[in-house]
Amino acid sequence: MASAPSVFPLTFGLDTFGDVTHDENDRPLSHAQTIRNVVEQGVLADEAGIDFFGIGEHHTDLFPVSAGDVVLAAIAARTTRIHLGSAVIVLSSDDPVRVFQRYSTLNAISGGRAEVILGRGSSIESFPLFGYDLADYEDLFEEKIDLFAELLKGGPVTWHGKTRSSLENQDVVPHTETGPFPVWVGVGGSPQSVIRAARYGFSLMLAIIGGSPARFAPFSQLFREALEKFGRDPLPIGVHGPGHVAATDVQASDEFWPRYLEVIRAVSGSRGFAIPTKESFLYEIGPRGALYVGSPETVARKIANNLTTLGANRFDLKYGMGGLSHQALLTNIELYGTQVVPRVRELLA
Amino acid sequence: MWEPASARLVPNETLRSFMPSAAPSPLRSPRLAVLGAGHVGPVIARVAVDAGYDVAIAGSAEPERIELITQVLVPGAQARWAADAVADADLVVLAIPVHRFESFGSGLVARKIVVDAMNYWPSADGVRELFEDDRYGSSEIVQQRLDRSTVVKTLNHIAYQDLEDDRRPAGSPDRRALGVAGDDRDAVGIVAEVIERIGYDAVLLESLRAGRLLEPGGPVFGASLHRSEFERALQADAA
Repeated sequence: MASAPSVFPLTFGLDTFGDVTHDENDRPLSHAQTIRNVVEQGVLADEAGIDFFGIGEHHTDLFPVSAGDVVLAAIAARTTRIHLGSAVIVLSSDDPVRVFQRYSTLNAISGGRAEVILGRGSSIESFPLFGYDLADYEDLFEEKIDLFAELLKGGPVTWHGKTRSSLENQDVVPHTETGPFPVWVGVGGSPQSVIRAARYGFSLMLAIIGGSPARFAPFSQLFREALEKFGRDPLPIGVHGPGHVAATDVQASDEFWPRYLEVIRAVSGSRGFAIPTKESFLYEIGPRGALYVGSPETVARKIANNLTTLGANRFDLKYGMGGLSHQALLTNIELYGTQVVPRVRELLA
Repeated sequence: MWEPASARLVPNETLRSFMPSAAPSPLRSPRLAVLGAGHVGPVIARVAVDAGYDVAIAGSAEPERIELITQVLVPGAQARWAADAVADADLVVLAIPVHRFESFGSGLVARKIVVDAMNYWPSADGVRELFEDDRYGSSEIVQQRLDRSTVVKTLNHIAYQDLEDDRRPAGSPDRRALGVAGDDRDAVGIVAEVIERIGYDAVLLESLRAGRLLEPGGPVFGASLHRSEFERALQADAA
């Protein structure tokens, strides 16, 4: 089932949803302290040699990083190498002009290190918050990605649509220094989103949060064939997967499982996730499941296998889960950068 | 909220008597039309092709729009206009978002058995007026709208991402069960056979009303259960 090997360099990222972490007495930290900790985590990711640091937009008490681009700007000011981006930003409930302006500003601050991963809306609390009807998410995304693609080209934009006011030969600033920044489309299971990414020439980020990663292999093939059909050159394919790295398999699993259960319980009502059992969890952290939980060796092997199966060249580990401690997250980041990533490179060399 | 009396299961032993007399004729495999080419439709189409069915898939627009998706994700199925796919089908699978159902014309599927694989989940779909009536389950509302069709509820309570991986041959100890609910016994039998052939044990519920037990928030939604566990979960909840 292995796909054709990717022609793009291997790239490794870390994504966070900015979960509210807990202190040593297992009490939740404030939103403000959680955000300051995310900045520290981003700086450590840079020091640990990781290529990308991404923040996923959420608007809830458990996930308070609603303005991820501001946090990324703080990280940009303290780093020189790591790329910074959304993972994902819910474009459907945002204004593409503002998204372009914010990330173009981040690109300026960071000296060309901004990336954007666009999402159609799996985290849905932004819709009522900003006055959108969830039923429109498909149409909203279709229009807004179209405008966003226009803005990325640079130069004055003329655009007409139903979801925001028209633009007539409008100059949108700040201009980028060196052309468009990298844009990805996060895809959780919609084949139309794969085709859409190919149509606009955006890279594909497969968000695989449950079940067998191998079942996404046809999506990689669909992306490559769609690019060909649209007369475009090949583009990178990435995988976003949740997990937790600790010194040993047992430690990683013991730290992660209770937090995972808590978080899925808390969001199951609104997101439609089934409550996991210990049995389903063990399946998910095993070789055929979607979670990357374990020692550096275990996680590295799983990443290497899945990149091969999916014909992907990039892996973003979504680290952090509810009340895990800031310290546990720092350890995870360090182990990922210094042990997991080199080991995956070795396995795939 | 549930009505215990309506939640009775159809005994397992009588399943055979519901089913069409024999295996499908070798001359013509039953035809399925899958309406919806989003997250769910292609996965259902794919497992149906694997099970030996003749499958057509249709989106809301011209077949060219989903040609590539069909070719890559559902090799062996045909992308067609919805009307053409339905006209030739013995069974129609409705796998569209519930908000699209509001403008779905009942004429399209008149006189057909319609498998309702949809779910109404306000926190994921937004509040939809049509489905905001606690007197009825979502499939009962679908049946009221599709008044010239025979609606059977199934496939809604398994995550689409598990549908392919969780299939097992009949008799496997870890074969998962799926509920099949409907008011028309013959239609339920026909759909149950599809479920069995795809790779799941079909647990029959005696009415669409009882199918409310298969809805989000119910005892089997998203749960991976074997037949006996599945039946126990339904009965416990109905009791």
